[in-house]
Order: sequence, then structure tokens, then C-alpha cells
Amino acid sequence: MVQKYRVIFIEDSGKEHAVEVAEGWSLMEGAVKHLVPGIDADCGGACACATCQVYVAPDWMAKLPPKSDMEETMLDFAPDVTSESRLSCQVRMTAALDGIILKLPKSQH
Amino acid sequence: MSESIVIIGAGQAGCQAVESLRKEGFTGPITMVGDEAYPPYQRPPLSKAYLLGTFERPRLFLKADNYYAENGCALIVNTTAKAIHRAERIVELQDGRKLPYDKLLLATGARVRKLNCPGAGLPGIHYLKTIADVDGLQAVFQPGKRIAVVGGGYIGLEVAAVGAKRGLDVTVFEAMDRLMARAVSPQLSAFYADEHKKAGVKLMLQTGVEAFGGDGKVEWVRAGGLTYDADIVLVGIGVIPCEELAVHAGLGCEDGIVVDQNARTGDPHIWAAGDCTRHVGREGHAIRLECVQNAIDQAKHAALAMVGRHKTYSEVPWFWSDQYDLKLQIAGLARPTDTLVLRGDPANRKFAVFHLRDGKVAAVEAVNAAPEYMIGKKLVAEGKPVDAAKLADTSIPMKTLG
Ligand SMILES: Cc1cc2nc3c(=O)[nH]c(=O)nc-3n(C[C@H](O)[C@H](O)[C@H](O)COP(=O)(O)OP(=O)(O)OC[C@H]3O[C@@H](n4cnc5c(N)ncnc54)[C@H](O)[C@@H]3O)c2cc1C
Ligand code: FES
Repeated sequence: MVQKYRVIFIEDSGKEHAVEVAEGWSLMEGAVKHLVPGIDADCGGACACATCQVYVAPDWMAKLPPKSDMEETMLDFAPDVTSESRLSCQVRMTAALDGIILKLPKSQH
Repeated sequence: MSESIVIIGAGQAGCQAVESLRKEGFTGPITMVGDEAYPPYQRPPLSKAYLLGTFERPRLFLKADNYYAENGCALIVNTTAKAIHRAERIVELQDGRKLPYDKLLLATGARVRKLNCPGAGLPGIHYLKTIADVDGLQAVFQPGKRIAVVGGGYIGLEVAAVGAKRGLDVTVFEAMDRLMARAVSPQLSAFYADEHKKAGVKLMLQTGVEAFGGDGKVEWVRAGGLTYDADIVLVGIGVIPCEELAVHAGLGCEDGIVVDQNARTGDPHIWAAGDCTRHVGREGHAIRLECVQNAIDQAKHAALAMVGRHKTYSEVPWFWSDQYDLKLQIAGLARPTDTLVLRGDPANRKFAVFHLRDGKVAAVEAVNAAPEYMIGKKLVAEGKPVDAAKLADTSIPMKTLG
């Protein structure tokens, strides 16, 4: 059995979605698989489109692996980027992220 | 009674249309028909991580299994649409079923171009378009096997890169004098040729394949008058738009179903989007694109038009290709007459080539260079004059040039 962990996505409107994401899958895939709106993911996770931005609160951010150069630079060009921004296709689900809370931006374009 | 929409083709564009139609407020029934065994999935990983074995099949699917039902879309898989009866507004399926429509979207994509030289029908000769194709190839795609890749375009080269990584003995045959000749600048072709050679891939340029032979399965390839042993052949020589349905229904087709900038065909009840279309691009002439961007953006415009709102499709085309640890990102459409400006040093495996036309950026090719790609794409969209010397100067941060 693949281990699954909990992720809570919060839409810009405040609507919450608590979903289970399989270990090793990206947070983006978790959202898409559970019909969470607000992540476009045009490139399907290739780190080529920057339309899968999420906001991660600082205490959770500390548990995430650091951004690759590619993620860092792609993210630079997403709308409304803050110090809490990540590209959700570049973050893989692990036990350490069980329960993580991710906020979604108003728009990905 | 609310209108009904039928979508033919359950791929990237069809799937996007379902999503966009709902987003734009369409509430009537949607039926999507696809001839593959699966719901819509993404093809790019097929020649990349999925072939490499580091990306599991469930991750290919664009939506969750229950997405279609949840969104009022009846998904009919494993079924070919056989004819469009425009006068009656009915789509006829291969099993005899008839689907009435008020509005119809053609999202049939493209099929692989097949070789027809002697021996081209031998077992062991593979093409790469679908999940089923990769699964067939995987079984024989094993370390030590000799694979002949026919065609030095994106798909052939991605397969070559995966093959080299997995320990296959790879030879690429390309009829033109450089790799990806249709799509990228000579600088890029030369860079990628070096990278493939470093990885142990043998490149046979200006070498067209003439025949295949073998006892019950392919065992050799004849190219440029010489014979090469091969256990597997992978052919990647381009695609042909699936336009037969439209042709037979009397819709305008010219190597692609002709649509306008709102994805409309000549029939006010029929739209088309994705690889199957030819449309007037942002530069004002008819083009046919084969990329995820076009499938997504054109389907979005089609959905808008289908609910009666029209927005001109003028997005900048973009594309990517993964070979080894190199991410190639391209935005815009280059022409051979463009002036090329190199930024960065290919020796560092991180650089970009800007294509300038009339003093503006018409296209950018970026290798492991996301800022160049993202700013370049913005410059293409805005069409502002640029200073070539500044573009070439890496001491000036890319961000300040946007
Ligand atoms: C191996 C591979 C790698 C790629 N890599 C990239 C990449 O890195 N980046 C990129 O941007 N693009 C890439 N592409 C191209 C991209 O996948 C296509 O541009 C995109 O899938 C086009 O979407 P579409 O909906 O028009 O067609 P498709 O996704 O092909 O969908 C069309 C569907 O319609 C079905 N169909 C056709 N006729 C009928 C009929 N009569 N009845 C029922 N069903 C029918 C087809 O079988 C198919 O399933 C790649 C393609 C391949 C094959
Ligand atoms: S899905 Fe495209 S960058 Fe994340």
C-alpha cells in the first residue's frame, strides 16, 4: 500500500479542501486528483509554466526541501509571489509534510 | 431545454474544453468521445519520465477519475467517431450510436507519420504517441539492446536520451544535416548534438533510412547505403493532423482543420482545437502547432466562443523538451531569417538564443535558463523593441530587460 498523507488546500475565497496525497506525488498532483480548483498546472509538472503556485506558511516552509534554481527562477515570474510562494509541482509528499496547509492564489495567470 | 455539446477526441484539448466550458458557465450536457482506452492524459512524459520508468501511469491522467461525472461530462472511451452529419447535427459513432449535438468541438489531435520504406511493417518497429505505444516499447527497451531511432526531432531525441540513460546502445538517423532542424536554431542543434555524443549516442546526420529487414522481426536498418544491426527501431518523423472527419463533412481543411482566431470552423455549430487545427497565428498567417500550450489555449478560446463570448486567440506559443538534465524551453515562432543573439555560454550548459526580427524578440530558445525564457516570452508577447547588445550581456540581469 502506498502511504498517503493529509494536505489542506485553502482557496482564495477561504474554502477548504482536506485531501490525501500519496507519498512521492507532488502537491500539485494531489490538488488535481481531488478536484481542488485554483491550480492550472498547464505543463503537467515539468516546471515549465509557473501556473501551480501555492502559499506555504513559514512554519511549514521550514519543513520543505529548498527550491531548485529552476523553481526559484520560474517562480519569479508567477503573479503575486511572496516569500511564502512555492511551485506545488516541485514539492513531493513525504511524512514530514503530513497535515500541511497550502493557500491558493487568486489566479495563476 | 439546454443545449448539448459533443467533443470528439479525449485528449489535452478535449479535456481543457470540458474544464473551460464549465468555468465559463455552460450548464448543459457534455459528451466526450475518445478512441483510446483511457480518459485524457498528458503525452509529454511519455517520451521522458514515463519511458524512463520514474513516473507511474496514474500520474499521466489529466484529471481524477470522477472528474468527468462530477462535471456532467459523459466520457465514452474506446470508441471512434465515424462521421459528422452536419445537416442533422449528429455525430455517428463506430458502434452505430448517434449523438445529437447543438455544438460540436473537434479535438482529434494528430497521428504519427508512418514510414513506408521496405520492411517498415516488421515487428519491432515502434512509434510513440500513446500509453499503449510506450507500454509496447517498454517490454523491449532494456539495457544492452541496440535501438535505432529514426528522426532527430524532439521525440526521437528524448527517446535517445532516455535510452542512453538506461544503458541502451542508441543510434539516431536524421535525414537533415542537423538535429531538430524544423524547430530550433543551428546553435541549439549543434549544442544538442554534442550532448548526445557525450552521452554515447551515435548520430547519423544526412542519413535517410532506406529499408528495414530481419527474420520475423526487425534486425537491421539500411541507411545512407550502409546496414546497421538493431534490436529495436523507434520512428519519430512527425505527425499528421486527424482531419478526416472534418474533410468528409465538407469542412475546410488544409493540412489541419481550418479555424479562425476564435477556433471556429466554417460551420457555425462546429469548433476545433489542438493539434488537429490550422489557425491564423498572432503573426497573421496560418500555422499548425503541435504543443500542449496550443491545445490548452485554443481549447479555452473555443469554450469561450461556444458560450457566445469571443476573445482573439493570440497567445505566444511555448514548448519544452527534456533531454538528460537539460531543460529546453522555447517561446515564439522563429524564422530562418531572424537575427540570432546568444546570451550565455553553451559550454556552461546554461544559455539562451534570442531570435530578433525588426528589432524585436520574435522567439527565444532557453537551455536551463528560466529567466531568459520567461522574460523572453514576455518580450515576444509585448513586441517592444529591444537592445541586442544588452540581451547578449550576462552582466545585465535578465529581469531588468523585461
Ligand atoms: C511522446 C510525445 C511527447 C510530447 N512532448 C511534448 C512536450 O514536451 N511539450 C509540448 O508542449 N507538447 C508535447 N507533445 C505534444 C502534445 O502532447 C500535443 O500537442 C497535445 O497532446 C495535443 O492535444 P490534442 O488534444 O490536440 O491531441 P491529443 O492529446 O492527441 O488528443 C486527441 C485524441 O483524439 C483521439 N481521436 C482522434 N480521432 C478520433 C475519432 N475519430 N474518434 C474518437 N477519438 C479520436 C485521439 O486518439 C486522441 O486520443 C508531445 C507529444 C507526444 C506524442
Ligand atoms: S505545473 Fe507547470 S510549473 Fe508546476
